[in-house]
Amino acid sequence: MRHLMSPLDFSTEELDKLFDLANDIEQNPQKYAHACDGRILATCFYEPSTRTRLSFESAMTRLGGRVIGFSDAASSSAAKGESVSDTIRIISCYSDICAMRHPKEGAPMVAAERAGIPVINAGDGGHQHPTQTLTDLLTIRSMKGKLDNFTIGLCGDLKFGRTVHSLINALVRYKNIRFIFISPEELKVPDYITDMLKERNIPYEEVIRLEDVMPHLDILYMTRVQKERFFNEEDYVRLKDFYILDTVKMTLAKKDILVLHPLPRVNEISVEVDDDPRAAYFKQAQYGVYVRMALILTLLELA
Amino acid sequence: MLNVGKIEEGFVLDHIAAGKSLSIYEHLQLDKLDCTVAIIKNARSNKKGKKDILKVECDINTLDLDVLAFIDHNITVNVIKNGEIVEKKDLVLPRQIKNVIRCHNPRCITSIEQELPHIFYLADAEKEVYRCKYCEEKYTEMAK
Repeated sequence: MRHLMSPLDFSTEELDKLFDLANDIEQNPQKYAHACDGRILATCFYEPSTRTRLSFESAMTRLGGRVIGFSDAASSSAAKGESVSDTIRIISCYSDICAMRHPKEGAPMVAAERAGIPVINAGDGGHQHPTQTLTDLLTIRSMKGKLDNFTIGLCGDLKFGRTVHSLINALVRYKNIRFIFISPEELKVPDYITDMLKERNIPYEEVIRLEDVMPHLDILYMTRVQKERFFNEEDYVRLKDFYILDTVKMTLAKKDILVLHPLPRVNEISVEVDDDPRAAYFKQAQYGVYVRMALILTLLELA
Repeated sequence: MLNVGKIEEGFVLDHIAAGKSLSIYEHLQLDKLDCTVAIIKNARSNKKGKKDILKVECDINTLDLDVLAFIDHNITVNVIKNGEIVEKKDLVLPRQIKNVIRCHNPRCITSIEQELPHIFYLADAEKEVYRCKYCEEKYTEMAK
């Protein structure tokens, strides 16, 4: 029995198989409409996350399975003080697979150690969010046709953004990836990431202005710059506009650039960019369902 | 100069950093052993100037070498039988340690989950970095 705790739990070969399956689901949804008949997914969400939870629920429903669960800790037995270990033992009696989100880092791993069913980490605090990374990789592979030989710009909050850290760790396993980190000084990518890139001889550069590097990017991964990350209002006001992607900045980009965003966005991508065919973030959300469908089938050994 | 006599059977932990012997005494849970223990603090050392020494008269198998290696793998472990050194054990950084140190990350599941062991794994042997199994937070000396 396998679980998914980190995007690195799967080898690149296993990821290729998973993504092939996701693409087949995309092309032939009817073929999989009853693949999970009689199976139950438990969504154990100890903190609210509408998007991820609905994506899992949509994935299982599209496979013909059913979904049970809770969407915040207050409506679960955790409010009565039950441990994660006990909860998952009970959930294992009620369902065939579990997707767990928890504010405490490592909680899904505790669940996986005690569970009688596969457990998927659906986000544990600031630690891991592997299905987002799988979504990002599937989107890139499906729309670019490959996961190697490109320059990717990661823009915004690179210090605290777990999706960014996970994506970098996943992409370094592929050949000829060049990273450009675009962020204010205050939100630079952590040292342990740049140390790892240096050790592995993977090229990267760190810049402040998005406009300066737009023409070089094959992929632009946008993230939200949160006001509360800054020490003072002045710095936030000074820097925030650097990281708003608008149609003017898009004119500097390659004709086939892929613009991604884990969503939700606030104002870092202007709404006018949505109509640009190079804006792929809503398509990315669709791939999030396909990759979760493929993941459920794989972990249930139904693929 | 203080003199502490030989032990007949047990082990002598030599070259302990000066002042660290009590911490090792606690981590090895020597207080739970019903045997003779000598703690020698600030003994003269040709190499270091000062060092601590622990002499424990008990079965060598009662010593958790993993815990000792985690605390300081430069300590010399002399195994004593019939009053003589019969073996010197090399300490190797353990791949995993359980319930020796605690994870101090308030966002870690270990902070709330009932009776969950605190497990750290060796993430980088060269830099002697240990990370919590659950949250992957790096263990720092300050949190020891």
